[in-house]
Amino acid sequence: MKIQEHTVSAHNFEECMKCTVCTAYCPVLQVNPLYPGPKQAGPDGERLRLKDPYFFTTALKYCMNCKRCEVSCPSGVHVADLIQAARIKYDKSAPKLRDMMLASTDFMGRMARPFAPIVNGITSLGITKTVLDATLKIDRERTFPKYSAHGFESWLWRHSREQSAFEEQVAYYHGCYVNYNYPQLGKDLVKVLNALGVGVQLLQGEKCCGIAMITNGMSDKARKNAAKNMEALSKAVDKGLGVVTTSTTCTLTLRDEYPQLLGVDNSYVRDSINLATRFIFEKLSKGAELHFRPDFKMKVAYHVPCHLEKLGWGVFSEKLMRMIPGLEFTLLDSACCGIAGTYGFKKENYKVSQEIGAPLFEQIRLVDPDVVACDCETCKWQIEMSTGYKVMHPVSILAKALANQD
Amino acid sequence: MKFDTVIIGGGLSGLVSGISLQKAGRSTAIVSAGQNAMHFFSGSFESLTEAPERLMEIFSESGVNVHYSKGVRLMPLGTFKESSLSLEDISIFPDPAFARKVMVVNLAGYHDFFSSFIAEGLEKTGIGCRVCTIRLPELEHLRKSPSEMRSVQIARVMDRIWEKVMQEIRLMLKDEDAIVLPQVFGLQDITVPARIREVIPAKVVFTGTLPPSVPGLRTQMQLKRYYETLGGTFLMGDEVVDAHCHDGSVHSVETRNLGRHYLEADNFILATGGFFSKGLAATPQEVYETVFNLDVEYSEDRNAWYDPDFSKDQPYLDFGVKTDEALHPMRDSVTFKNLYAIGSILGSTRKEFGTASGGAILSAFHAVDKILSGK
Repeated sequence: MKIQEHTVSAHNFEECMKCTVCTAYCPVLQVNPLYPGPKQAGPDGERLRLKDPYFFTTALKYCMNCKRCEVSCPSGVHVADLIQAARIKYDKSAPKLRDMMLASTDFMGRMARPFAPIVNGITSLGITKTVLDATLKIDRERTFPKYSAHGFESWLWRHSREQSAFEEQVAYYHGCYVNYNYPQLGKDLVKVLNALGVGVQLLQGEKCCGIAMITNGMSDKARKNAAKNMEALSKAVDKGLGVVTTSTTCTLTLRDEYPQLLGVDNSYVRDSINLATRFIFEKLSKGAELHFRPDFKMKVAYHVPCHLEKLGWGVFSEKLMRMIPGLEFTLLDSACCGIAGTYGFKKENYKVSQEIGAPLFEQIRLVDPDVVACDCETCKWQIEMSTGYKVMHPVSILAKALANQD
Repeated sequence: MKFDTVIIGGGLSGLVSGISLQKAGRSTAIVSAGQNAMHFFSGSFESLTEAPERLMEIFSESGVNVHYSKGVRLMPLGTFKESSLSLEDISIFPDPAFARKVMVVNLAGYHDFFSSFIAEGLEKTGIGCRVCTIRLPELEHLRKSPSEMRSVQIARVMDRIWEKVMQEIRLMLKDEDAIVLPQVFGLQDITVPARIREVIPAKVVFTGTLPPSVPGLRTQMQLKRYYETLGGTFLMGDEVVDAHCHDGSVHSVETRNLGRHYLEADNFILATGGFFSKGLAATPQEVYETVFNLDVEYSEDRNAWYDPDFSKDQPYLDFGVKTDEALHPMRDSVTFKNLYAIGSILGSTRKEFGTASGGAILSAFHAVDKILSGK
């Protein structure tokens, strides 16, 4: 008797036992009836697509790639990967101008930064929003992230001499957000790592991780970025440097989406890529110490972003915040905020996006914290816009709680 | 990362032991490879012949409403099963003749609730029956993809519109003294099942649907939230990939997500479930335990694993890991002194604890007691 004993398919497709658990945790399915749901779009649909690509449906674009289906699957099926891989394989339609603009965070940032005050002023005008809504189908209710006039890279260049004075060194993959929109997070990271005796340097030739390109039908461009990032990361690893990150989605992309969705072999660098919170936790558990202000007081509600749930590293952020004296900690229920990167910016998704986030916003209002803690930049935009509460990265909270060194 | 106890498995037995240990002041982590069998929970704690006080305490603190009485409950295919401790949603009757005439209510387009089987079953016990289908405009959007019209999706809508639905059902009632409804009520708002009973002038019997189980999902969320409120660390979507053991004791385990951050603990609890949850697995030649490769009690004769009659009790469901009195399992006959196996992974090897959800709870308490007494 010839028996196939083990799964041989891509993304563990054969392991699906049709239990429907993923459908209970898919945020999109709860609010958008046009989406076939993770079971149908993923393993059930894959069975048909393997027979005939005719069964591919463009409704798969409603998947936010939040990975909650994978986190809940009791059988280890990579449901979201199946869906995104099918989009890459079968969807040959050219991306719209809007999607290209939203996806090109790197390019748009470089273009906008020299004119940051002007761009920020223009994008917050009602008339601009109306025009963008009508022409590009970017929802008028959305608040745009602000661009920063001075990028993080140039700031760190200016401080490279004092950074290189530290005996221990790490390379920082800062991502588009820290460079173009919010350099302060990068500066906070440098402050915390310096307090641990670690100097921070830039990677040579970092590019946008490309996640927005993957989800907006530009996987070829994403693959090019991936190749350049692999080069930059490999150089750091060659020098024996660890790589730290602050963006959870960039981290998931560099570590998992590259091999799973783009077919890029990252085995040489994968284990060296670490979220800063994990790196800091590791230092502290090996005996390093951080000294906190004795008068620090903050009531924090922590939202674990979807991609951090997928990485399984929310526990590091939680443990770090819980060790700050004077910090009152509440863990919010596991839920999606609804933005999913560029997804919530699109007019056709705006309503769905806000409905998905509603239970989370409600819980935040009930807890009524001083600050919502969250490791993801797009969750920050969504939560700040939808609740009015200030959102801070756990690393920024650590930086704020640190006692002055000098 | 160091804890007093690390629990592998986030289902009922894992959560009950985690909550009990946190309450006793111990630090714990639960590693949960995806969601668990609570999503297929009937609502009745099988094989529990009493309601232990410590369990009732945990339920009441978690906000899980239960009730206890000996009798029978109505099953999804119209049969009756002996039951006692159950979630508030589940009705327990002294005997199957619980009503004179019943209205079974189904929802238009919903295929996961077997109203005609239920009617057939009730008629066999001499209960008059009428099946009604109601069409709700609020559910029409779900019918756009009919395969996705499932219990949980319906329940999310019902949390908002149940009062209006009950008004409609009241108008449809004739001389029936009971109604049967699918279990699609009270997913987020736990007060809904009780409030439905208040507004319907007849007995209300909530009956199981195809998965996911709405009462099960709700109970899992409540227990997990309570566990986290007590300071427990719940690692969802992670799994143990390696265990470091020495001289019959477990030192640490490695998970897929945490990698080199091994989870160290004084004690470990294995609550990974049976075949469905992949605590146990089989090749054509053998049945094995998936985390530690523990000794498993099973029949050497493969033909004796199953009964060719599909509807009979299947012998392989009785297979489980071998344990001593304290629930310590063994590998190559060497007992692990700081590891405890609880819940469905025991199969029917420890009949004194019962089976299914009842067995999950009683074996969890047994292991917790051993850990707290330092044995």
